[in-house]
Amino acid sequence: MSFLSSPTNFFTSKLNDALGWARKFSIFQYPFVTACCGMEYMATNCSHYDQDRFGAGFPRFSPRQSDVLFVVGTISHKMAPVLKTVHDQMCDPKWVVAFGVCTCTGGFYDNYSTVMGIDTIIPVDIYIPGCPPRPENVLDGLMKLQDKIQKGEQSRTLYDPRTKIGRPAELAQGYTIEGHIKHIESVS
Amino acid sequence: MKPLQRVQEQFSADIIETHAFRGDETAIIRPSSLLAIAKFLKETPELDFNFLMDLTAVDYLFYAGGRIQKEFRFEVVYHFFSLKHNHRIRLKVPVDEKSPEVDTLCNLWASANWYEREVWDMYGIKFKGHPDLRRILMYEEFVGHALRKDYPVNKRQPLIGPQN
Ligand code: SF4
Repeated sequence: MSFLSSPTNFFTSKLNDALGWARKFSIFQYPFVTACCGMEYMATNCSHYDQDRFGAGFPRFSPRQSDVLFVVGTISHKMAPVLKTVHDQMCDPKWVVAFGVCTCTGGFYDNYSTVMGIDTIIPVDIYIPGCPPRPENVLDGLMKLQDKIQKGEQSRTLYDPRTKIGRPAELAQGYTIEGHIKHIESVS
Repeated sequence: MKPLQRVQEQFSADIIETHAFRGDETAIIRPSSLLAIAKFLKETPELDFNFLMDLTAVDYLFYAGGRIQKEFRFEVVYHFFSLKHNHRIRLKVPVDEKSPEVDTLCNLWASANWYEREVWDMYGIKFKGHPDLRRILMYEEFVGHALRKDYPVNKRQPLIGPQN
């Protein structure tokens, strides 16, 4: 691939643009659906909101044939090695979408069984918080993902809970009951 | 005749306590009599409890903020239902902390199998005679029993990834 990414060559940079354009409108997604968010994921996929308008309508149930991993729903510690394996099995280039606040930060689960954000195990490109996120929210995330694919960007870093580096600042705080009360007071 | 009355008549020596708050008939029984009472509930035609609805446990450590000290730390709770007669009964079996063990009901109700595995997984109560007493929800590498009240609330045992 080295000749493709050479920055001096006009033709190959245009080729990269074309590749990005082709990729962003033919997203083959692998839905890793474990919990309640799956319902909202299905709603987004169905005709009313219709993800297929963005070229992302065709789920592949084999990680080897897909290029975006949609992690939809709570990931438990028991499930974590499976998720890692699925991610490892996907071919490059690959992107990961954390769908729902459970996958983003662990959400309100702070207990013995739940992974506090899948970005501690696999790199995440797009975070779609919400419990569950509205379909509009999902489509917004999908368009942001398309931008990323067009630019050829991929996340490679994990979140480290000790240093608190590697997660968007809006999510880094995670869920706290005090923050929740403050938020409710601020919007009402 | 109410099911609770029947059981009381038959096993008066084995019943520690009964109550029927809002019609929820409950008997607290001695562990040694569990199998006999369960068999009686299932096989007596006018009781005919053919459905084990729920089987779970309670940990009374620090009960009511530590103000109430129970004699036995755990209680295993059984909910039975009769599809034929549409009546219910609840049994409670006190279990000691030092040797947490009760008899299995697998041979009477097949559904007891997974319930008892769950209670073993979450509370560490063994079931004597259970054919396959393994963890059912947590992974085998998990140390301890998560719903015991002395399991530290912020203790994490991830299989992969950082302690978070
Ligand atoms: S974010 Fe909410 S809706 Fe989604 S999986 Fe978690 S609890 Fe369920």
